[in-house]
Amino acid sequence: MKNGSKGKSEKRTLYGFIFLAFVMVLYIVLYILNPDKTFISLRISGNILVRLIPLLIVVILFMGITNHFFKSKAISKHLGKESGSKGWFIAALAGILSHGPIYIWYPLLKEFHQKGMRPALMGVFLYNRAIKIPLLPLLVYYFGIEFAIILMIWMIMASFAEGRLLEIL
Amino acid sequence: MIQERQGDSKKQKSIFASITGAFKSFSTALPLFIGIILLLGLLRTYVPPRLVSSIFRGKVFTDTILGSIFGSISAGNPVTSYIIGGELLKEGISLFAVTAFIVAWVTVGVIQMPAEAALLGKRFAILRNILSFVLSIAVAIATVITWGWMR
Repeated sequence: MKNGSKGKSEKRTLYGFIFLAFVMVLYIVLYILNPDKTFISLRISGNILVRLIPLLIVVILFMGITNHFFKSKAISKHLGKESGSKGWFIAALAGILSHGPIYIWYPLLKEFHQKGMRPALMGVFLYNRAIKIPLLPLLVYYFGIEFAIILMIWMIMASFAEGRLLEIL
Repeated sequence: MIQERQGDSKKQKSIFASITGAFKSFSTALPLFIGIILLLGLLRTYVPPRLVSSIFRGKVFTDTILGSIFGSISAGNPVTSYIIGGELLKEGISLFAVTAFIVAWVTVGVIQMPAEAALLGKRFAILRNILSFVLSIAVAIATVITWGWMR
């Protein structure tokens, strides 16, 4: 079992390096075609990375702490098949409250899934990440308060629909 | 007392071990993250907001689907999608299309899909993104109709 998981992890790392190599080749080609624009892209990426570092540290600490305190049994109880409506509520709320770009949460979800989290609730969490409370004033500014509230309600409902469909299909 | 201290130290050690384990687990995904961040930089430079607004044609149905498509392949802070969405509205693009665009922007992640597939499984990533794409159109229609009724 451990060997299998190690093999998977090695395969994932290899895939990651191939993907990174592909992106780097793309940069080289674009640099030849348009050096100024490509250099700006690199600078933008650098800024994104710098902005993400504190958040990555928080996520790693959060992963470590949850790994330590929430064993498979607890994850399975609160986010597994037997979690019931409470699990859907927890996943939706965690998605709404989580911060930062979606991809930094994939490793945590992977670990939770290995400990028994339902794919449906992973879907609910990821969909609800689209609802950002701190950005609500800006959404209201552009689209009005009524529209913002209606949109949020439909998005929460869509997240539950997506969760169900992920398990049915 | 000594036993208690030994217990505490063991507990602390294991918390440290858990955090180290989390770091190791996270580091396997690092090449993927760096790749995605580099792609985001390219996207922001080579696909300017002006290009997005020039794609819409003024037809509600086609524009709603186009809104979802362009929201899906775009990525970045949701604030950018609100700003582009606000500008699109000013240019007379339908609210259905703009809503589909901002919903797909935050729920569908074509750029992030390689990382999602590698960490959460290919089937899960593809299915989740397809469902999110379809739901972005459904949410746009439902939101605009509900909003219209309430006004």
